Amino acid sequence: MSTAVHDHTHGHDDHAHHPTGLKRFLTTTNHKDIGTAYLWFSFAMFLVGGVMALVIRAELFQPGMQVVNPEFFNQMTTLHGLIMVFGAIMPAFVGFANWQIPMMIGAPDMAFPRLNNWSFWLLPPAALLLVASMFVPGGAAASGWTLYPPLTIQMGLGMDLAIFAIHILGMSSILGSINIITTILNMRAPGMTLMKMPMFCWTWLITAYLVVAAMPVLAGAVTMLLTDRHFGTHFFNPAGGGDPVLFQHIFWFFGHPEVYIIAIPAFGVISQVIPAFARKPLFGYTSMVYATASIAILSFIVWAHHMYTTGMPVQAQLFFMYATTLIAVPTGVKVFNWVATMWKGSLTFETPMLFAIGFLFLFTMGGFTGLVLSYTPVDVQLHDTYYVVAHFHYVMVAGALFSAFAGVYFWLPKWTGRMYDETLGKWHFWLSFVFFNVTFFVQHFLGLAGMPRRIPDYALQFADFNMVSTIGAFGFGMTQLLFLYIVVKCIRSGETAPANPWEGADTLEWTHLPSPAPYHSFDTPPVVK
Amino acid sequence: MNRLSENRSMLKRLTIFAVAMFAFGFALVPFYRVICEVTGLNDLLRPDAPLNTQVDTSRWVTVELDANTRGLPWTFSPNQRSVRVHPGELVHVVYEVRNNSGAPIAGQAIPSYGPKVAAGYLRKMECFCFQKQELAAGETRQMPVVFVVDPELPKDVGTVTLSYTFFELNGATPKPDAGVTG
Repeated sequence: MSTAVHDHTHGHDDHAHHPTGLKRFLTTTNHKDIGTAYLWFSFAMFLVGGVMALVIRAELFQPGMQVVNPEFFNQMTTLHGLIMVFGAIMPAFVGFANWQIPMMIGAPDMAFPRLNNWSFWLLPPAALLLVASMFVPGGAAASGWTLYPPLTIQMGLGMDLAIFAIHILGMSSILGSINIITTILNMRAPGMTLMKMPMFCWTWLITAYLVVAAMPVLAGAVTMLLTDRHFGTHFFNPAGGGDPVLFQHIFWFFGHPEVYIIAIPAFGVISQVIPAFARKPLFGYTSMVYATASIAILSFIVWAHHMYTTGMPVQAQLFFMYATTLIAVPTGVKVFNWVATMWKGSLTFETPMLFAIGFLFLFTMGGFTGLVLSYTPVDVQLHDTYYVVAHFHYVMVAGALFSAFAGVYFWLPKWTGRMYDETLGKWHFWLSFVFFNVTFFVQHFLGLAGMPRRIPDYALQFADFNMVSTIGAFGFGMTQLLFLYIVVKCIRSGETAPANPWEGADTLEWTHLPSPAPYHSFDTPPVVK
Repeated sequence: MNRLSENRSMLKRLTIFAVAMFAFGFALVPFYRVICEVTGLNDLLRPDAPLNTQVDTSRWVTVELDANTRGLPWTFSPNQRSVRVHPGELVHVVYEVRNNSGAPIAGQAIPSYGPKVAAGYLRKMECFCFQKQELAAGETRQMPVVFVVDPELPKDVGTVTLSYTFFELNGATPKPDAGVTG
């Protein structure tokens, strides 16, 4: 598939003398190659994490223990979380950033091309560590992706591998983000002022700052775990004067910004897609920028809403509750602006737009259940139930993943020079949309009825909804193979795409570059009026 | 090239920022401790202030005493399994600990309470858990606990469990395969 892309770009650009095959990707410093590598890597990780999710759902198909033993079940919940967050969603959006940001701001490449190559190649070893940890004595980390001590201080070798994997993944995303910040701040074409930048670049600029501020804190937290495990420190060990709750504070100081590290680039993609298919400029651009920045800043002062049940004083609970509900305001501004962009627009419903509207509807629902969970008295009831699982899958899957699908369909013509199959794309959307809701909507009911998460067995009264959820999960999983087929078909035999196949798309990559985008673009910067 | 040096200086500043945030993660540790100290949250090593109050003779509360060790070759038990007390009454109990090994070992006892709500009402003025205990090889030690059950204890709580677990202080926490003594 990569060679197909290569052949194409080669036809358009005589100066591109680069090796082929794996060596091309090992040595490349080209932002488009690296973007492609990121996207394929994240898709592979998405399948790996997806299979783990299906193991979880298969076990929960019926009450009792049928498919796996409880230890392995716990490893699956842990690795599914870690792989989907750090291996699939984050690299997918870094892939978008690599492909799109230089083209959107009229830069020839990223600011540090060789660093860019290294950022990507840190990922496969980290993924290998995570996958290999399943095969060491004692198995993989089985603590849930939040890695709470004291459990994680006691686990075996798999935990150490997970800690190293997190170190490497963290370093990769920090380096990638430094690159993105520098590119956006220093490499814009003449006339491309910050407030003229496409929204996608703005969201990534803000996200990259979040990454540089939050990821090192996670690295610190897992380093403390590591030294507690092997070097006799007592950060989280009560016997030596430490405190396990301290880990939760440090982890969620990273963990909540992490939620927005995933969500904000997704907002950016949606902010490009909706105006293009509504044939109207983005409504309230300036307010979008400020709303995104406010979400990012607020995300650093709400972390303890993940910890309402740890015995915090009531004043602290109130503070975190109010701060959390406050985030609904800038998020509401964004949703309002997207809807207002569509208002009285000349809407058409190609696949990217379908995914964007699916995102808008389902993400908003996930946002509302988040608002429900932000209220301390309610959260104490729902903490660690399937209601929480339903909530964050509405924002992670229907939010981030749907937005990534929207982005892939939107930019595939520019990346490959070929159109995807519109009929199949629509099938992909509707199957994903239906199966997603079959899987996760019923989990709200399970959680409200008190089914705890991360437990491989459950009481009989939860049986029916769990069966429905598992059927949905397998349907959703199979649907993603259709996505793979659509992308491969597009690369191999899609119809030739014009430079701008979307009537309403007006950013530089559509207006100034042919499809597929040449291997080297904007060697001479365009002039932006 | 001008832009190259601009990019380099940006790289330098952002790297310093990332390293500073890594250090900030560690700075959260003392910060957390100070917050706990100032607010009086979860400070296990500080005696509670004495309670000047009437003894509520109309009410009985059973305090069950529990003792555990984790990864320590110690025998640790209270001299009586439970005491019946009036809220507001000053109570003395004694725990006995014995080091069964041939080497001196230091341990730290961590209290916990059942039901959870009772934690705020069981006020310990004196306790062996306020400092680490170092026992010579084969040494036996009697250790007192002096406490008052606050009369404000919710009326529906009739039994309170005071449970101590001794952890070893030197070295890392034992791995699960190291076994649990006690």
